[in-house]
Amino acid sequence: MPRGKIEIDINRCKGCRLCIETCPQDVIAFSDDFNSSGYNYVETENPEDCIGCGFCGKVCPDVAITVYKRQKEGV
Amino acid sequence: MSEEAVAENTKEMKKVFDRPESLNDQQFSYCPGCHHGVINRLIAEAIDELGIQDTTVGTAPVGCSVFLYKWFDIDVIQPAHGRVSAVATGAKRARPDLTVFAYQGDGDFASIGTNNSTHAANRGENITTFFINNTLYGMTGGEMAPTTLIGQKTTTTPQGRTAKDYGYPIKMSEMLAELDGPTYITRQAVYDPKRIDKARTAIKKAFRFQMEDEGYSLIEFLSACPINWGMDPVEANERIKKEVEEVYPLGDIIERS
Ligand SMILES: Cc1ncc(C[n+]2csc(CCOP(=O)(O)OP(=O)(O)O)c2C)c(N)n1
Ligand code: SF4
Ligand code: SF4
Ligand code: SF4
Repeated sequence: MPRGKIEIDINRCKGCRLCIETCPQDVIAFSDDFNSSGYNYVETENPEDCIGCGFCGKVCPDVAITVYKRQKEGV
Repeated sequence: MSEEAVAENTKEMKKVFDRPESLNDQQFSYCPGCHHGVINRLIAEAIDELGIQDTTVGTAPVGCSVFLYKWFDIDVIQPAHGRVSAVATGAKRARPDLTVFAYQGDGDFASIGTNNSTHAANRGENITTFFINNTLYGMTGGEMAPTTLIGQKTTTTPQGRTAKDYGYPIKMSEMLAELDGPTYITRQAVYDPKRIDKARTAIKKAFRFQMEDEGYSLIEFLSACPINWGMDPVEANERIKKEVEEVYPLGDIIERS
């Protein structure tokens, strides 16, 4: 079971690549498509590897990413 | 794992990172990879965490961040170019109960507005100033600013800045730290998660000084302008680490409280 999960608001994404470079788990990759503003947006390529560290959200200049983290048992 | 299974798993997951309340839903108009966006978000997060959304007034510069009033869900005043520290002074003196910040580019803070920013610091005005140093004028097409590095090519120094013709990169933070007025001056960067966490801590500290009536704080940010640096955002982050930090070292410069 993945330890974390992210949601990318593709219409906010400007394809800057900073989240791809920062993710320690190689979860994120460019999509084959463009968003409503004409940017080649990013998507989760390996969602099962996400650890919910939040790094991608922190570096995103367009605040396009929401991050979830699995809580430990009993928490 | 299928998309459905991932979605199912979200139920046991806690949201650990989301847009701050103090930003509204509007899209920033910054270029891809521009650090103004990260800095705006960090300020909004600090406002949320301190619970001061309803009592904070921002002052926004002329420059790429001119539209702070569109993006922040707080009151924002947008003065004439270079007059941000002066207008923030007025707002704070009229309403000392509010938390007032000045947000200024290096053109605004260190060029056209040097007089206003210097005297606000010297008076020890009880405001929090964010000075975004991206080593040139972003909005108008990448001209040289007083902060431009020696050798840096800009649209007005196509051969690179020389000290002989244009002087040296101005170290506003070190300069203002020589004055008796300021309480807290620090230089921060936002190119990786660790730096971003430190910058957020510095922003909160600066707001707290104001809330405790301790006087003037300045946070200088080394900020990427990938488009005018002619680099992709990842290379622009590297330039800050390798070149810009050499001239403008990171860390606290003064803290007197
Ligand atoms: C009185 C006045 N002079 C000049 C300008 C033109 N102008 C607009 S933005 C700007 C510089 C912006 O650079 P900076 O403050 O570094 O902010 P950035 O866009 O890089 O964030 C200038 C010179 C203006 N709008 N008003
Ligand atoms: S939360 Fe961490 S592991 Fe998950 S996608 Fe973002 S950076 Fe990668
Ligand atoms: S950091 Fe944000 S804007 Fe940049 S590619 Fe990733 S999601 Fe898109
Ligand atoms: S011109 Fe530079 S400072 Fe202005 S939005 Fe674009 S990257 Fe940011």
